[in-house]
Amino acid sequence: MLSLNHFLLLGAVLFSIGLYGALSRRNAVAILMCIELMFNAVNITLVAFARFLAPAATASQSLAPVSTVGQVFTIFVITVAAAEAAVGLAIVLAIYRTRRTISVEDVDLMKW
Amino acid sequence: MNDPIIAIAFFVLAAVLLISALAVVMLRNIVHSALFLALAFVSVAGFYILLNAEFLAAVQILIYAGAVMILLLFAIMLTQRANTPMSNVSNSQAGLAAIVAAAVFVVLAFVLSKTSWLTGAAAVTQPNTEVLGKALFDYYVLPFEIASVLLLVAMIGAIVIARED
Repeated sequence: MLSLNHFLLLGAVLFSIGLYGALSRRNAVAILMCIELMFNAVNITLVAFARFLAPAATASQSLAPVSTVGQVFTIFVITVAAAEAAVGLAIVLAIYRTRRTISVEDVDLMKW
Repeated sequence: MNDPIIAIAFFVLAAVLLISALAVVMLRNIVHSALFLALAFVSVAGFYILLNAEFLAAVQILIYAGAVMILLLFAIMLTQRANTPMSNVSNSQAGLAAIVAAAVFVVLAFVLSKTSWLTGAAAVTQPNTEVLGKALFDYYVLPFEIASVLLLVAMIGAIVIARED
């Protein structure tokens, strides 16, 4: 009843919502929040691939347990997302300290 | 995946996730957006349980609903001054952004409908935390160590960027 396409479509919808938010918000923290939404959409897609897709036949000569590749990818995505959130929010705080605003329309020093 | 209970759980979780994601994007008060983001993270953990990835569900709760949400709430707390009810308004390109996001969704849905996946034998049919741990510390041990170095670099970088001087 539930197929891979259900989860992939859900991931596509969530990714599009996050993309809209990341492009249309004015607050830098809100943009970071929408990027986290997009990370989660990709993670749902990867875990759904790990759940539904048959392991490739070429895996026999490799040592990797193929059935866990999607979940291992998701772990690394979560790791990188946590690092991105920490550095991104530190940059937001540094901008706020020097310019007293985090509206991305006011931070235009490097915009031509 | 043929149990009707699982299908009901999928659609309930999908409704919660998409409504809270829309609330994150649409609400004007950034504190409300952040709280709905926490709800979205928790419902994503529910999807991981539906997909037999219970370790990832625990990680999702701990890292996203715990650590990342605390980071975001601290950043909101430290950067908000007056006018919190209008702290998350859209910019002048919201219409264009909606068109771009809709176009991306149309492309993704088109590709999904055209691709035939090799969904023969289900890859992960039972809880696999043990297999995942063995894979991570055996075959993927080098990427794992590099990820730990990345986290160290991110931690030092965040401290250096954010400290007062």
